[in-house]
Amino acid sequence: MRLALFITCFNDTLFPETGKSVVRVLRRLGHEVEFPYDQVCCGQMHFNSGYREDAVPLVRSFVDAFEGYDAVVVPSGSCTAMVREYHAVVARQAGGTLPAGVARVAPKVYEFSEFLVDVLGVTDVGAYFPHSVAYHPTCHSLRLLRVGDRPTRLLRAVRGLTLVDLPRADECCGFGGTFAVKNVDTSVAMGGDKVSAALESGAQVLCAGDNSCLTHIGGLISRQHAGIRVLHLADILACTEALPDLQPYGPGLDIASGFAAEQTPAPEVTR
Amino acid sequence: MTTSVRREPTFVGMPPFPEAAHAELANDVQRANLRAATHTIRAKRDAVVAEVPDWELLRRAGEAIKDDVLAGLPGYLERLEVAVRAAGGVVHWARDAAEANTIVVAIARAKGVDEVVKVKSMATEEIELNNALARAGIHAWETDLAQLIVQLGEDLPSHILVPAIHRNRAEIREIFVREMGRFGRPAPERLSDEPGALAAAARRHLREKFLRAKVAVSGGNFAIADTGTVCVVESEGNGRMCLTLPETLITVLGVEKLLPTWSDLEVFLQLLPRSATGERMNPYTSMWTGVTPGDGPQEFHLILLDNGRSDVLADPVGRQALRCIRCSACLNVCPVYERTGGHAYGSVYPGPIGAILTPQLRGIAAHRVDAQTASLPFASSLCGACFDACPVRIDIPEVLVHLRAQLVDGERGPRDRAEEVGMKAVRWAFEKPWRIGFAQHVAGVGGRFARHGVIGRVPLPKRFTGPVSAWFADRDAPAPPAESFRSWYKRTDGGQEE
Repeated sequence: MRLALFITCFNDTLFPETGKSVVRVLRRLGHEVEFPYDQVCCGQMHFNSGYREDAVPLVRSFVDAFEGYDAVVVPSGSCTAMVREYHAVVARQAGGTLPAGVARVAPKVYEFSEFLVDVLGVTDVGAYFPHSVAYHPTCHSLRLLRVGDRPTRLLRAVRGLTLVDLPRADECCGFGGTFAVKNVDTSVAMGGDKVSAALESGAQVLCAGDNSCLTHIGGLISRQHAGIRVLHLADILACTEALPDLQPYGPGLDIASGFAAEQTPAPEVTR
Repeated sequence: MTTSVRREPTFVGMPPFPEAAHAELANDVQRANLRAATHTIRAKRDAVVAEVPDWELLRRAGEAIKDDVLAGLPGYLERLEVAVRAAGGVVHWARDAAEANTIVVAIARAKGVDEVVKVKSMATEEIELNNALARAGIHAWETDLAQLIVQLGEDLPSHILVPAIHRNRAEIREIFVREMGRFGRPAPERLSDEPGALAAAARRHLREKFLRAKVAVSGGNFAIADTGTVCVVESEGNGRMCLTLPETLITVLGVEKLLPTWSDLEVFLQLLPRSATGERMNPYTSMWTGVTPGDGPQEFHLILLDNGRSDVLADPVGRQALRCIRCSACLNVCPVYERTGGHAYGSVYPGPIGAILTPQLRGIAAHRVDAQTASLPFASSLCGACFDACPVRIDIPEVLVHLRAQLVDGERGPRDRAEEVGMKAVRWAFEKPWRIGFAQHVAGVGGRFARHGVIGRVPLPKRFTGPVSAWFADRDAPAPPAESFRSWYKRTDGGQEE
């Protein structure tokens, strides 16, 4: 299986650790993932903000970058949903060869938890993470991709991890892309309630499949000094007893030391 | 005939959504009321929907029936007209609000009345019928309990089904005590705020109006093209009073309310109550076909209202909004609506359905719209809860994004130069991978100045209002890391060389 990673522009720029975690987990499971350097962005921000024509070259570059791979794994529910649900809409409007290209590539694009559970058929990825975790199902994972319980099945199989219920889990956190700045007050009101739910859950870590939502929730947590860490699912699944905890890089916590942990040899293959 | 009929407030002049929401979010009473009300009704709806094994098939059936009606609307409307006339009713066609209001006023004047009783109706709210009647010196008495609360309180509706959802019982008691006496039977002495006592006060206040009224005005939930039957679904019995006691009945009906046959009601009378009030069946379902000699109103006028609906129908993506059966399920599940309430939407149609219906009825497909209208398609985080709850499967997020494209690419909204420049810059950076790499490098260098890897409060001048200051007003953000993923991958060959 020729496997590609679509890191997403957001993770590429702000959350490289999550990309490394995906590489690490897949390598542990015996799969090498390629990173096509021509990839840029799924075009969601332009598409959802009304700049539909500006999304066309991004959809085209996505097709060009990922044509020929058997599967594309994406550590983001939102970007996966953009590719699978809306690239065809953009392509239809653009016409030419783009609709055919999207029809070839888009069905091979998988959100990270989908890829692990549906394509690789694993739920136990050999991870170890001795902390209490609440899972927030991001809206596009939940209602566009219908990833269902795949992420929680993966988390339940992590040794040492205690999965706690997040109250009102299916409520949106209020990020919503440009909604977070166009309707800042409403966005913060929604996010504040999500932080309250996370605190209510008693969890130490709030986990999700989208770093975009976690940047919003984590940004509120950091400003309020609420003391909960936000982590992408991949970053939890990457942890092992040999490398028990990534140095957190989320809002409110230190990035720089994350690279120190990365420099240590990775003996996790000896699971 | 008196001319001192109180005018009702309207949504005219409301600020754009973000500004309106800012004020509404600070209304603690409303926040508490809406939190309680929406969560209660959500739980009730979820329970009664879960017990229907073929709910998804019912939704598909509702969608298919409505799509069929919309595809053949002219033919169905003519069938309805023929059937209503054959049953002794009069059919009027109204292109817009002004025409519809003129027809209602003319009928009321011909009857020589200075008051009408009303069944709660979104169509008459949409055309602001009460104010048109007031200008003609005719009182319009709202008889639905929540609508009565709004009317007496000189308030605006904030919900399609429960227009006074933003009020609690203490507020309702105060409104009744203060206002009822000005318009009829006053509230009883020492009125408590027990729901039963409040309902009894409203019942006594309204009864004299029911018994006196010669003309009633209603909307309609459904109209059957085959038979000419009009159907009103309600909970309180006030509708039944209005539909049976007066001599003349005027029904204002949006043209999209049609169903082809009687048997189609089977689908919608399951979908509507469960989605709307979380009930298996609503308490009162009234149906009438024209006029029945010696029974009920002896004169029936049906006003078929377009008011922008033909324009909506012309938009292949937007037209699905016309499937709406006004159940409010999308409002009740919407996290934005729950927090801002309905007034922030500046329209009689609030919430997710309002955000797609109002701009379309105001002509977004054809011409530029004002800033308030243009703000509505952005009043959503696109979380999709509304689509899941919609009993006729209106893909509200799809229409929201479609309308955003009309506003920006189609230039129907006010231009945001700063945003345009930002979007173009991002597009430029994304055109060549080296450009994104360069931008990441610059960001990474900048990120070294952040303390503990976090960007906290950004000291920007107060007049600076952009996305950056909006983000950092209440949120921190992680500083851009020194090395992007693509740089790391290149440097280490995907971690092989570490």
